[in-house]
Amino acid sequence: MYSSITKKVIMSLMGLFLITFLLVHLSLNLTLIISSSKDTFNLAAHFMGTNPVVKVLEVVLFGGFIIHIFWGIVLFFQNWAARPHSYAVWNHSQETFFSKYMIHTGALILAFLAIHLLDFWYKSRFSGGMPITQIDGIKYDDMGQLVLDKFKSPAYCSLYVIFLIFMGFHLDHAFQSALQSLGINHSKYTPFFKKFSRFLAVVITIGYISIPIVIYFIL
Amino acid sequence: MNLTLKIWRQKNAGTKGKFEKYKLTDISTESSFLEMLDVLNEKLINENQEPIAFDHDCREGICGTCGLYINGRPHGPEKGTTTCQLHMRKFKDGDVITIEPWRAKAFPIVRDLIVDRSAFDLILQAGGYTSVNTGNAPDANSIPIPKLDSDRAFESAACIGCGACVATCKNASAMLFVSAKVSHLALLPQGRIEAAERVQKMVAKMDELGFGNCTNTYACEMECPKNISVSNIARMNREFIKAKIFAEVPTAVETGD
Ligand code: FES
Repeated sequence: MYSSITKKVIMSLMGLFLITFLLVHLSLNLTLIISSSKDTFNLAAHFMGTNPVVKVLEVVLFGGFIIHIFWGIVLFFQNWAARPHSYAVWNHSQETFFSKYMIHTGALILAFLAIHLLDFWYKSRFSGGMPITQIDGIKYDDMGQLVLDKFKSPAYCSLYVIFLIFMGFHLDHAFQSALQSLGINHSKYTPFFKKFSRFLAVVITIGYISIPIVIYFIL
Repeated sequence: MNLTLKIWRQKNAGTKGKFEKYKLTDISTESSFLEMLDVLNEKLINENQEPIAFDHDCREGICGTCGLYINGRPHGPEKGTTTCQLHMRKFKDGDVITIEPWRAKAFPIVRDLIVDRSAFDLILQAGGYTSVNTGNAPDANSIPIPKLDSDRAFESAACIGCGACVATCKNASAMLFVSAKVSHLALLPQGRIEAAERVQKMVAKMDELGFGNCTNTYACEMECPKNISVSNIARMNREFIKAKIFAEVPTAVETGD
């Protein structure tokens, strides 16, 4: 069994890796609402679905998710077992707010991930029946159309917005906590990192939420 | 002032405990929290009842023996204060005060509000020794140390090992305590000699004893009566990672196997 610090280091490294993934994913998605046609997005989706390097990275990414989730659950149960008898009165006021709910927001993100993968990743790769588009005379899967159709449903849109807000809560604690676990705490930089952590959470969340919102109300 | 106390009573580690209610009248606002409990115990003894067992020693906030979970917070509502230094003027007339022992798997209850904190001693023991020259006392300041380092080491050494960090941590993690102990030696040249070995052994012992894992909620730093900073935890993580990656392991010849 790994030591408690090693487990935390694994959690934080995987977490930071997943944050970089979120940023890449977000920038690709934003092309759908920024660019005037779906072509950029469809070409990017095609590249991400077929490029051999990306395919390898995809396996690494799934690995990252699995490791982060697995150790998150292990830590949760160990921490739970460390206090068999809880307090009658427990004033949690001194904890940083979102740090208390990492396992809960994490579980919600996992549920969201399952829905999201099923609707887009699984559909485009395995289940078939994708709409088709033509770019410069070549046929491509019309991933953009799939996204646009999905987000025309108000229920689906709201589901995404709600889940993404919880992802934001998870992220708010994530970045600065990962640095602390890695031993990066410095009188000069840590105040900045804490602000940056919140900034990152807000930017990523607003960025992702803007996609269903813009599609629903504007596109 | 008049108070209602809800106090955890438990005969020993093996029996089930429960809360008992006690009413106290005419408590001076100038008395300390422990003096208030003394008054209650005096009353219980006069009534031929079993007094409440609680830990205390110096009553000056320096030994780390006292420690009660008061209204959901270790050492009560006052920041940077031990239970013995907490005064009744911090409460209001008519208050209901719930008093519980530290709760953690690694701190089994001995009786009522007393818990067994020898787990902390075992961690310190696991840390081992520091190498110093024997003989005459060395000259002061013979080893130059940057002022900030010595200040930080001193701040870390202020940890009195009361266990409030474990008590308040939602994961019952001992990271603040262990990191303070690791830090105050790791920051000084005298402590560097065994630093890599020390941090690994202390962390291993801490894990073995059933403390939880740190999830950086930072409650420990807020509740610590000695205001030990969580930057110690980061320092310990740093020391640990460095030791795991870079510390040489002895060969079979060197260990004598
Ligand atoms: S009794 Fe010594 S610190 Fe409170």
